[in-house]
Amino acid sequence: MKVLLGIGGSDGSFEALADTVTRAEEAGDAVTVAIVDREDITLTPEEIETEIRERLAETSMEPDIRHLSGHPGSRLVELAEQEQFDRLVVAGGERSPLGKINFDETLEFVLLNAETTVTLVR
Amino acid sequence: MTREYPDEPAGEFPSPPDTVTDGEGREIRYRSGGDDDPEALVEMYLDFEAEDRAQGIPPVREEPIRDWLDVLLSDDCLNVVACHDGAPVGHATLVPDEGESYELAIFVVRPYQGAGIGTELLEHLLGYAQEEGVEQVWLTVERWNDPAIAVYKKVGFEMTSTESFELEMAIRLE
Repeated sequence: MKVLLGIGGSDGSFEALADTVTRAEEAGDAVTVAIVDREDITLTPEEIETEIRERLAETSMEPDIRHLSGHPGSRLVELAEQEQFDRLVVAGGERSPLGKINFDETLEFVLLNAETTVTLVR
Repeated sequence: MTREYPDEPAGEFPSPPDTVTDGEGREIRYRSGGDDDPEALVEMYLDFEAEDRAQGIPPVREEPIRDWLDVLLSDDCLNVVACHDGAPVGHATLVPDEGESYELAIFVVRPYQGAGIGTELLEHLLGYAQEEGVEQVWLTVERWNDPAIAVYKKVGFEMTSTESFELEMAIRLE
């Protein structure tokens, strides 16, 4: 299966990377990682790429890493469709101080607009 | 994360302890603090209807309910419990965020919904918060939850963000 993983640099998105890689190693998925530019994240896209490469160094995976600039949700949906990915994986659903799960704008956009099957890693 | 708050503070709210007759003629007691009988609250949440949950809370199973209540009943949070015949039937809570604001949530068990208890709980929690010097309170609510949105508006909350799945509302207390 061709999997596109969107990463914005949140803790949740790195957990999604770990989950996706574990699954891919078992199932033989081909993983492409797309780094999106999130205004609310202090890490630069280059720092995110370094972090991804460090985390993947211990695995057998060598995924294709892309950088997407502009509106994160629409760029992810666009790439997933253009290159005919089977699945788009995104992290989201951060918890508020009270424990409520909140979906941000990127996640909402992806869920509503993707023609590709979406996996949400919470 | 920066949030917006209304410019004008809300008026004064009633504070607990207090007893108010609900729309069904039941005497409901409102008291602050939830820690004098946490087990009773655990019981209340174990009986909570699945469809009345919102955004993942209250949790479903007992252990996660206990972990979640441990956070809510800690010293830096504010709680008001509504009791009927000595047993909790509703609970409202304020949890501090990373700034100086508080996030609000409110729960009323099914047989006691629609009798004005939610509004009273909310007002008594905000009255308690005023006594404690809390200035800014915010909440998120699912778009389709019209009864909850109506109660929040009636009490004085204003819509501050409509950009994500959940609506965000806020009130200034002083």
